[in-house]
Amino acid sequence: MKDMKRPGPFPFSAIVGQDEMKRAMVLTAIDGGIGGVLVFGDRGTGKSTAVRGLAALLPEIDAVAGCPVNSEQVGDVPDWVTLQDSNVIAKPTPVIDLPLGATEDRVVGALDIEKALTKGEKAFEPGLLARANRGYLYIDEVNLLEDHIVDLLLDVAQSGQNVVEREGLSIRHAARFVLVGSGNPEEGELRPQLLDRFGLSVEVESPKDLDVRIDVIRRRDAYDRDAMTFCADWDAADADLRAQIVTARKRLASIEASDAIIRDCAALCLALGSDGLRGELTLLRAARALAAFEGDTAVDRGHLRLVAASALRHRLRRDPLDEAGSTTRVTRVVDEVLG
Amino acid sequence: MSVFEARWHSVNLAVACFALDPTSLGGLQVRARVGPVRDRFEDGLRRALAGQALARMAPTMGDDALYGGLDLAATLQTGSLHRTQGLLTRGGTLFLPMAERVEPRLAGRLAAALDTRRDLALVAFDEGAEPGEHTPEALLDRLALHIDLSDHPLSDAPDLQFDMDALSEARRALPEIIVPEEVIRELVMVAARLGVKSLRAPSQALAIARASAALSGASEVEEADLLLAVELVLAPRATQIPDIDEPQEDTAPPAPEDQPDDATDPESHADQPPAEVLLEAARAMLPPDLLARLAAGKAKRTASGSGSGAKQTGNRRGRPLPPRPGKLGGGARLDLVATLRAAAPWQTIRRRISGDNGRIHVRASDLRIRRYQETSDRAIIFVVDASGSAAMARLAEAKGAVELLLAEAYARRDHVALIAFRGEGSDVLLPPTRSLVQTKRRLSSLPGGGGTPLAAGLKAALDLVGLARGKGMTPSIALLTDGRANVDLSGAANRAQASEDASLMARFLRSEGVPGLVIDTGLRPTRGLDGLAREMGAPYLPLPRADGRSLSRAVDAALTP
Repeated sequence: MKDMKRPGPFPFSAIVGQDEMKRAMVLTAIDGGIGGVLVFGDRGTGKSTAVRGLAALLPEIDAVAGCPVNSEQVGDVPDWVTLQDSNVIAKPTPVIDLPLGATEDRVVGALDIEKALTKGEKAFEPGLLARANRGYLYIDEVNLLEDHIVDLLLDVAQSGQNVVEREGLSIRHAARFVLVGSGNPEEGELRPQLLDRFGLSVEVESPKDLDVRIDVIRRRDAYDRDAMTFCADWDAADADLRAQIVTARKRLASIEASDAIIRDCAALCLALGSDGLRGELTLLRAARALAAFEGDTAVDRGHLRLVAASALRHRLRRDPLDEAGSTTRVTRVVDEVLG
Repeated sequence: MSVFEARWHSVNLAVACFALDPTSLGGLQVRARVGPVRDRFEDGLRRALAGQALARMAPTMGDDALYGGLDLAATLQTGSLHRTQGLLTRGGTLFLPMAERVEPRLAGRLAAALDTRRDLALVAFDEGAEPGEHTPEALLDRLALHIDLSDHPLSDAPDLQFDMDALSEARRALPEIIVPEEVIRELVMVAARLGVKSLRAPSQALAIARASAALSGASEVEEADLLLAVELVLAPRATQIPDIDEPQEDTAPPAPEDQPDDATDPESHADQPPAEVLLEAARAMLPPDLLARLAAGKAKRTASGSGSGAKQTGNRRGRPLPPRPGKLGGGARLDLVATLRAAAPWQTIRRRISGDNGRIHVRASDLRIRRYQETSDRAIIFVVDASGSAAMARLAEAKGAVELLLAEAYARRDHVALIAFRGEGSDVLLPPTRSLVQTKRRLSSLPGGGGTPLAAGLKAALDLVGLARGKGMTPSIALLTDGRANVDLSGAANRAQASEDASLMARFLRSEGVPGLVIDTGLRPTRGLDGLAREMGAPYLPLPRADGRSLSRAVDAALTP
């Protein structure tokens, strides 16, 4: 019944509904500078499916074949790497899973104990951060991640550099990645420092419409029965989306944002009392990426309206005595400010 | 046929369905203590799975065992690289005993493996004794079959029967089974009406229906197959009782919880009858305690039980301790410097013996493992007097304090629980949690009024203390009251017995070494309460008209070590 060949993950375009989540992921694919997506919601709503599908959707990157940190040119390869293969090839954009409870050694890399013990060589074994460079780092159940790993991720995400100084090694390499986290808020909250580090946040819930739910099950069933055919059927849709992303990337620099729009961003953030300027910057970047994606030449209020909740809801100062959810608060303020 | 015979019959069918194609179902979980019934079940399962790859796991397995890794002993012995093969890389059906003890770390990895690898299935044996102990939700959601044998008598558990020829015949027929168009619709509808939120469940139910059809030799999924799927997959996940007697035209049948009402779509009523039959059947199969809980008006969603977050036991961080000799694996980290230091004195001798002067000789006995002093999470248990006239105000204050403490919980690693006592006994309103979301949901309405069963409240606290300690937390108790005990442990209004029971429980708590705090919320100091505090070994703090903010400050100050 099962094919021996490994079928691809569930195609991204075949995911039913969950438009906000899909939009947020596409926006980060257009502009990596937006800074990651946090997906919070119930079990079985397609969080992991979307992230795994995203990997297959992303355009390939050019990278040095033998480089463990996916450097773009031979000149960028860190000095501790002995290159076996210096050809520049097209690789799929890396999407790396960071499992809960990964040890620090596995995340940042460590002394290669194998080589140290068998050959007496002091070699560096790159960790997950190295493999995620220029790609995505995915953390499922991010709210259960151990604190010392969170600190480490914050530090690296801030500097874009992974520095390892331990056990007689002194190693550094580029580690620029888009952070994608998912989790269920009923199982624990996320530290505000880490929350703020995600550019966009999305709340997903099971679709409420019966026909949508039936569609989900039908497609899942088709995929489970014959993944190869199902993926082939959706290949064209994924390819279209990929082409749209590539086009949007090219157009991104030419998208205009008028002073009025920038003032709108500031007014929204002021009205919501969101901490820091990161909210405004992300809001503008996301709106610009959306404009590029939709083929517009300038950012307008419609774009802001669509991305405001994703860009701002996780930056509100939490008030334990306010019963209204963050999404409601953002929607309310967006309606007030943008009219 | 008795209830148990009927259930055992379904279990037999469930195992047969599972054995047809374990990987398409993700797996099954059995909730049962170790005993002859479980042995019979496991024996039957193994017979049904004969010829397929099986492996046994441990709930504390490390990455090396899961994914394979360096076989250090062999590598050192021979001087060339030896690797071990990981369980997850081999595929097949994995047996996981003590699934309730699985750490979030392992649960996360298994869940990812079940999602991405299509040749893997998991059989989880949940041996939990308390309602709070269960297989992590992340895993549970991915396992199609949830079987509960915890109260199943051995007399009704004969050996499971399988016709192996029929099984292999059905296995061949499985891919050809036709699924009528409306079947998916019916399963989705029943799932929605039962309050099953996850969308994995209808998919899994469909897989069971298909397997059941193959087993019965049919070419198409029929109603009996759907009934079985509902019974085995959807009923155990139900969080609400469907309203069948509601008039069909009614736009909004009242849902007991704030569940989405999915049956309002007018065109979905056209083909209602089959779904109604399924619902009727599902209703009969709902777990009996669900009915009881719903009847009591406090239905708990299974999904919002104490999440796996609360089970995070230790934190692998903290003050480093001196390294000690040990084996690698199971998450242990090698202290390289200490290892080399241990190996250094032997170098000359080992070189002489082996005749190899070029390298450092390290033996398995030299390996030193890093150790850390673990600091455990704090669990603050609020025991709140919900009796008498001031109950509402006091509960509201306690709720405010709980939420304020939780708002900063991640910084201080606090878990908070809330017990209210009134009338004849006590209620655990909030099991230890770090989640503000869950807290808000649970504490949205609080009951109040009646007598003061102080002893019952303290007893409930004592139970929670045990539970919290079992999860590696350090519990402490904050008691909020303004009255004297007047209801004893048996629930009778007997002032003398009540205060005796209360002081007995207080001394129990003291002997358990639980730090505590007694807060008197009365306008004037209540007589006898300071004595109770002394017996608990806890400070006594009169705090009239306390609000949430001052409460959380006081509790935090008094209970911080």
